[in-house]
Amino acid sequence: MSLFLFLTFVALLSALGVVLAKNPVHSVLFLILTFFTLSGHYLLLNAQFLAAVNIIVYAGAIMVLFLFVIMFLNLNEATEPQKPFLAKAAATIAGGLLLLIMVAAMRNVEPAGYDAATFNSQVGMVDKLGLVLFQQYQLPFELASILLLAAMVGSVMLGKRETGERNF
Amino acid sequence: MTFETLGWQGLVILVVFGLSLLIATYCTYAERVIAAFMQDRVGPDRAGPYGLAQPLADAVKMFTKEEFFPGGASKALFTLGPCLAMTTALMSSAVIPFGNAMQFGDTSVHLQGIEINVGMLYIFGVVSLGVYGVMIGGWASNNKFSLLGAIRAASQNISYELAMGLALIAVLMISGTLSLREITLQQTNPGAWHLGDIFAWNVFKQPIGFIIFLVCAFAETNRTPFDLPECETELVGGYHTEYSSMKLGLYLFSEYINILVVTAVMSVLYFGGFNYPFQYEFLDFLSNKAGLSADWAHNIFVLMGVVAMFMKIFMGIFFFMWVRWTLPRFRYDQLMRLGWTILIPLAIFNILLTGGLITTGIIK
Repeated sequence: MSLFLFLTFVALLSALGVVLAKNPVHSVLFLILTFFTLSGHYLLLNAQFLAAVNIIVYAGAIMVLFLFVIMFLNLNEATEPQKPFLAKAAATIAGGLLLLIMVAAMRNVEPAGYDAATFNSQVGMVDKLGLVLFQQYQLPFELASILLLAAMVGSVMLGKRETGERNF
Repeated sequence: MTFETLGWQGLVILVVFGLSLLIATYCTYAERVIAAFMQDRVGPDRAGPYGLAQPLADAVKMFTKEEFFPGGASKALFTLGPCLAMTTALMSSAVIPFGNAMQFGDTSVHLQGIEINVGMLYIFGVVSLGVYGVMIGGWASNNKFSLLGAIRAASQNISYELAMGLALIAVLMISGTLSLREITLQQTNPGAWHLGDIFAWNVFKQPIGFIIFLVCAFAETNRTPFDLPECETELVGGYHTEYSSMKLGLYLFSEYINILVVTAVMSVLYFGGFNYPFQYEFLDFLSNKAGLSADWAHNIFVLMGVVAMFMKIFMGIFFFMWVRWTLPRFRYDQLMRLGWTILIPLAIFNILLTGGLITTGIIK
């Protein structure tokens, strides 16, 4: 429980850091820390595979690309586009309403109880997860992979050099 | 897990930590000696017998140099860079099985920091984090050359991680487990003829995968011929141009620890880890002919396995240094082309081939 509270505390703090940091590189670093605390939560839930994949995919690959792009951009406070007051106010109100609805919806939720005698603690392990994915959820799994393949082909097509385009 | 076994595992982790630092220290010495040998020079021979105290002299030099912060650099991130590089380098050795279990009466001690059943994913995750130290340090230096080095490191690591992951998938298909200890234990064949035990090693089942993994390991550790991030002919010193004193020392040191870890992973995945030829004859000799108690015979057998593991690691490190002083550096576009258009398709082909061989029952 204390570990959970500590992780939650760090997660919330670093998530706030993402929003409040002035420097975009600091924001990205806070986001990486947030992903680490989320992986810690997965570990507490005994989902080792999910924790490892979260680190590999999000912290290890996507955030490296984020950092990569942000380092390329020349971000100064002078060139930063200032949003009009109306847009800021609208965003604040929308966000606040979302929070209100979430709190209202979650207020009376009872966590689904589990029976300690029949609960399978190995459910988050790789082999169990694989069996579930390839037996029970075979079709959604394959559809998701086709979606990813389509996205991959699309990105290769977009990145392709047109004939006659300058080679840097 | 009882308190006692927790204590033993803590001790194992401390020993692994100390050993990786010691080996990394002497890697700096070995690198120079090997370079000298290849270039027909004498090499370091002044400090101590055969120059063996050279790493100590270097450490004193590093510690007493001026600590320099470049103007306009983000001080916190500038310090965080080398710390992260060192931390991520040290983290991965925690799951590597350096030896089988030792027996002391009822307690059995695994010569492995922590045994988790996603060991391979853990290694892969930590390796993918390794680039942050370089990126943050390079960016925080507020120097164009450092930034270029950092960006090169990022794109290089991302590109070669893919091929490395695909090569690992083929190993996973054979082993059917992600636990590094299980993978090691599978790479032996008690019934085989004496020297034939080595044919149970994965390198004989995965020759293509091994070559892909090896090339990617060079790229992931930023070693020549892939040391573009610190390419001194183009970028002064690359990502560590602005670093001095022990911060530079940490960067250089983390490179050697990375080599140590990557060779350890390679020997676990492809060269049978702590298995060695004639091991069952050796165990038989110890327990039946030498007249030792069962525990002692087993422990000596296991310790020989640790020695075998480290011999494999040292051979790997030697190979890394050998390549460094033999091959010239790639051009950056050549590096990217090799990664994306040769290694990745080859790795996918290797997965298909492995799948085909498994379904036809040729390898299992």
